[in-house]
Amino acid sequence: MTDHDHTTHLLSRRAALRLGLAGGIAGLGLPHLLGKPAFAQGATAKEAAKKAPAGRVVVGITQEPTVFNPLMLKIEVDDGVHFSLFDALFRIGPDGVITPNLAAEVPTQKNGGISEDGLNWRVRLRDGVRWHDGRPFTAEDVKYTLELITKPNFRAWRTAGHSLLRDITVVSPTEITWRMEKPFSPYLSFLTETFIVPKHVLETAADPNTADFNKAPIGTGAFKWGKRTAGDNLELVANRDYHGEGPYIETLVFKYIPDLTVFYTQFKSGDIDLTGQTYITPDNYKEAKTLPNKVVTLVPRQTIETIYFNLEKPQFKELAVRQALYAAVDKGAIIDALYYGVPSVTESYMPRSSFYFNDKLPKQTFDVKAARKLLDEAGWKPGKDGIRVKDGVRLSFNNTTTSGDHLREQVQQFLKQSWADIGVEMNIANQPAAVLWGDFWAKSQFDTVIAGVTYMVASDPDVTNRFHSSSIGAKGGRGSNTAQYANPEVDALLAKGTGTFDPEERRKIYTRVQEIVRHDLPFMPIFQYTVPLGHKSSVKGFVPNPNTRTESWNAAGWSRVG
Amino acid sequence: MSRFLLGRLIQSAILLVVVSVIGYVILGLIPGGPLSQFGLDPGLTAADIERLKEQMGLNQPLWMRYLDWAWKLLHGDWGVSLRDGTPVLTVIARHLVATLLLMGSSTVIAVAAGTWIGIRSATRRYSAFDYAATVGAMVALSIPTFWFGLVGIYVFSLKLGWLPAGNMYTIGDASVLDYLHHLILPSLVLSLVHIAVWSRYMRTAMLDAINQDFVKTARAKGVAERRILMKHVVGNALLPMITLAGVQLPSILTGALVTETVFTWPGMGRLFYDSLGYSDYPVVMGILMFSAIVVILGNLIADVVVALVDPRIRLA
Repeated sequence: MTDHDHTTHLLSRRAALRLGLAGGIAGLGLPHLLGKPAFAQGATAKEAAKKAPAGRVVVGITQEPTVFNPLMLKIEVDDGVHFSLFDALFRIGPDGVITPNLAAEVPTQKNGGISEDGLNWRVRLRDGVRWHDGRPFTAEDVKYTLELITKPNFRAWRTAGHSLLRDITVVSPTEITWRMEKPFSPYLSFLTETFIVPKHVLETAADPNTADFNKAPIGTGAFKWGKRTAGDNLELVANRDYHGEGPYIETLVFKYIPDLTVFYTQFKSGDIDLTGQTYITPDNYKEAKTLPNKVVTLVPRQTIETIYFNLEKPQFKELAVRQALYAAVDKGAIIDALYYGVPSVTESYMPRSSFYFNDKLPKQTFDVKAARKLLDEAGWKPGKDGIRVKDGVRLSFNNTTTSGDHLREQVQQFLKQSWADIGVEMNIANQPAAVLWGDFWAKSQFDTVIAGVTYMVASDPDVTNRFHSSSIGAKGGRGSNTAQYANPEVDALLAKGTGTFDPEERRKIYTRVQEIVRHDLPFMPIFQYTVPLGHKSSVKGFVPNPNTRTESWNAAGWSRVG
Repeated sequence: MSRFLLGRLIQSAILLVVVSVIGYVILGLIPGGPLSQFGLDPGLTAADIERLKEQMGLNQPLWMRYLDWAWKLLHGDWGVSLRDGTPVLTVIARHLVATLLLMGSSTVIAVAAGTWIGIRSATRRYSAFDYAATVGAMVALSIPTFWFGLVGIYVFSLKLGWLPAGNMYTIGDASVLDYLHHLILPSLVLSLVHIAVWSRYMRTAMLDAINQDFVKTARAKGVAERRILMKHVVGNALLPMITLAGVQLPSILTGALVTETVFTWPGMGRLFYDSLGYSDYPVVMGILMFSAIVVILGNLIADVVVALVDPRIRLA
């Protein structure tokens, strides 16, 4: 069982067999949601696997990765490093497929990994995996990791889901079980970005927050810690004993280039092989496509550009007002004229790539007359200054976004004019990012905000955090429902969704949630981000994955030719 | 001398306290804070943010945070970065080498070239060279460094291919020659402004000295013109330059944000800017205090050196 290819074949065959026996019709209808090797790209990859890793790939990024304990508070660029140094129990592919990584199979209710009531989980682990220091990886490491996340003094990143775990039990070195306080189906997705850390290294540290491990981590991933030049770059080297596919390159470098203009220049000059995280800006896209020996592709992101309403403000309580404002926005013009036509128009908060995306939502049509009519009928009459008034409330509000964001500032000018056309006054009141995304956003102190918002956590369709009425921070809630949106039907559907494990059943639930949210308009959806990513044509195996936060999720599968 | 030093020490201590209070308060009053960048993270709930605030001690009142920080600093504990838990002094040390390399080399170029241009301009006043130096200095001073940087990269890297387009070294090479190769463009660009400043000061100082009576006396005695220039004029003109050097010395250690950004140079300027962006209070305050200490030391050294070389000045 040391030959990796062998292992995965056996596993997928076993999984298929079990499925066939169980007669899981839903499962068979969704073969892509079941285990299969993550990025085996056919025969070429297998041939390459036999060769020693060679060459180097330099990934350019515009923020510096500094957090190397993958469980601690971190940003996207840190993720890119973690995916290469560590492994999670599961991996999620570009198609939303969850496959085993350190686990030997994906637990489902069908295969008995998750009990019928969704409370008891059993995860079988891959055998023969070793840490970079040669020690064997076991279920003890998984237990240690899951417990560390919720330790009171540990500066953990996300704790949602993990805080529901009880009675984590090591059955054998390759099997672990736990009970959940309530059924919580998103947890499987959360585990695709919960990287497992070595117990034997971290438990000796007095304080895991400041352990030496955090500066020179030891993982099970395809790459080992190399060296770091603070403020400049981080070098990882191939782990030749990697349990999975790859790595094919000898060194993987993350190069920090803070300035966007310089970033693009260094892509042009060939100093960086691949543009990571911060992409080529839309205005450079046209030229980038023509560069010799470079491949530039448009990659969808999970982020949705939105204009948020604060529904507790008297101006926005009425649906007709929100509908009228939405109808008066020329989304096509914004996308084509300001964003060079790169992003794609959307009506949902759910990214198009998701299995749960509802493509039947009503399309917004730009119609100024209809907008005026909506406001007239709702009783909003123009006052002396031309701005509409109803019951003493002027239809006037502030719009805020990150100051210095030139593209959005142009969008604001455009919106201001569009809405002035229908008797609505919008004032621009921008704030620096550090201010805007603090309490101003979290505690709903705004009127309207233009924000790029990601709704999915690790690609799970659950949006309790954004739309459940118990998640309103301004009202003491514990989530990020900054629109202060409350709809009892949505609340009920969301509760049902997290207790349901069957993907088809969940699809019905979230399709309906998208419908209601589209109707209620707690925010105006403008477009889904699509970003140009570039790499040298000599870099092979680059696969973008909108279900992760990084372009480097599969650096193990990258190779260099020529 | 010792009384002078003691007085300066007390002054400096008061100054450091004032700097630290002002810095800490201004930083603390800016709304937002280190956790606001996570405001859009879909999986980090408001409850998570509250927990982290408490773990980082950010929910305490500003004055308590200040006293805590200042007390630890007095005991030699500069704190740890809020981003990644690295001790502040380690963070500073990591970026100091890069800055020393860049600022050191550009200062050497600037002092050498600036002094030479200043002397030549003063001795050949109103000559073509003097006019060219004057115009050149004005141009160097008024055009922003990033423009010179970008033009330099465009011409020497993208068009001619002689020099690298920024970075401190080639990843995977990092030999001494490679460092030098990467150092040429940024240190030249950065030195342009300093050459301009330095040459103007030097020229003025030279002209002051040239018109002194002792120069006329020396000429009347028949001392060779070259000797007059080197010993009497330059010697005296260099005195005010020592003070100027004292003022400029701190910038060698605190870095140049713009040049470091354009050339992707991992120095102190960038560190300060990044840390401000992340509201990494301990690192920002650390750099602030470090800079304040260096400024104070720079001035002190300059004063002492002037007193040592200029027999007319005695430090009481």
